[in-house]
Amino acid sequence: MSLSANDKATVKALWAKISPKAEDIGNEALSRMLYVYPQTKTYFSHWSSLSPGSAPVRKHGKKVVAGIGLAVEKIDDLFAGLLTLSELHAFQLRVDPANFRILSHCILVVLAMLFPDDFTPEAHLAMDKFLARLALALSDKYR
Amino acid sequence: MVVWTDQERACIQDIFSKLNYEVAGPKALHLYGYGFCILFVYPWTQRYFASFGNLYNAEAIMSNPKVAAHGVVVLHGLDRAMKNMDDIKNTYAELSVLHSEKLHVDPDNFRLLADCLTIVIAANMGTSFTADVQAAWQKFLAVVVSALRRQYH
Repeated sequence: MSLSANDKATVKALWAKISPKAEDIGNEALSRMLYVYPQTKTYFSHWSSLSPGSAPVRKHGKKVVAGIGLAVEKIDDLFAGLLTLSELHAFQLRVDPANFRILSHCILVVLAMLFPDDFTPEAHLAMDKFLARLALALSDKYR
Repeated sequence: MVVWTDQERACIQDIFSKLNYEVAGPKALHLYGYGFCILFVYPWTQRYFASFGNLYNAEAIMSNPKVAAHGVVVLHGLDRAMKNMDDIKNTYAELSVLHSEKLHVDPDNFRLLADCLTIVIAANMGTSFTADVQAAWQKFLAVVVSALRRQYH
């Protein structure tokens, strides 16, 4: 389900609006993922804390959202733009790609919560498509 | 058997008390309604609603009276699950047969609807849709979806 020019424009516009709150978004999304889908905690057993809003969660949320920001920049060629990240996830982190869907859902929930006026049907559709494509690019190098 | 904590029950009941069954009017345009979401974000779901008329864009979907009416039907169904939380499986036995034998709905659509409902409720509840509330709500929907899938064979 490829991104139309309209989808890309919508994602970029939405991202520009919400990126000042990037840290909060990352923290909320990751916290929810770990809490609502406890199986995702298995990837972070080395952290000192997995509670919503704790320091390791906040720090990692920031990293994840920075990755999404990068993807927005590279929206015209996600596969090339996310090559390094894909290799990281494929060969080192080895996160089961099913989890990308889970995190994407949590991100959408957080966006809806924090930006109800900006999260129009068009924004929801474009973001859902974009995150799905991002996940595809991220899992490109897996096998 | 599904075990519900008191906190989970309270969360679910609280959400239902806030659900506005008559989602209509200009506010619906951007607090966009429960049923509209799935038809717009996952347009292939429209395959089950050929008789509903114009579903070509967001405005058409949101002002379509058949969609609104059907949204209410679905919400009432969920309400029944909420009122029978300790036996959703049996409460939904007939509904499951209906969806499988008569409506021929691909059960993957239940997952899509659950996701959409969660997002729309998050938009409506804002920051009071905490991680606990989300967890309880998604657990409830998972039980509902499982019950709906049960009679498919």
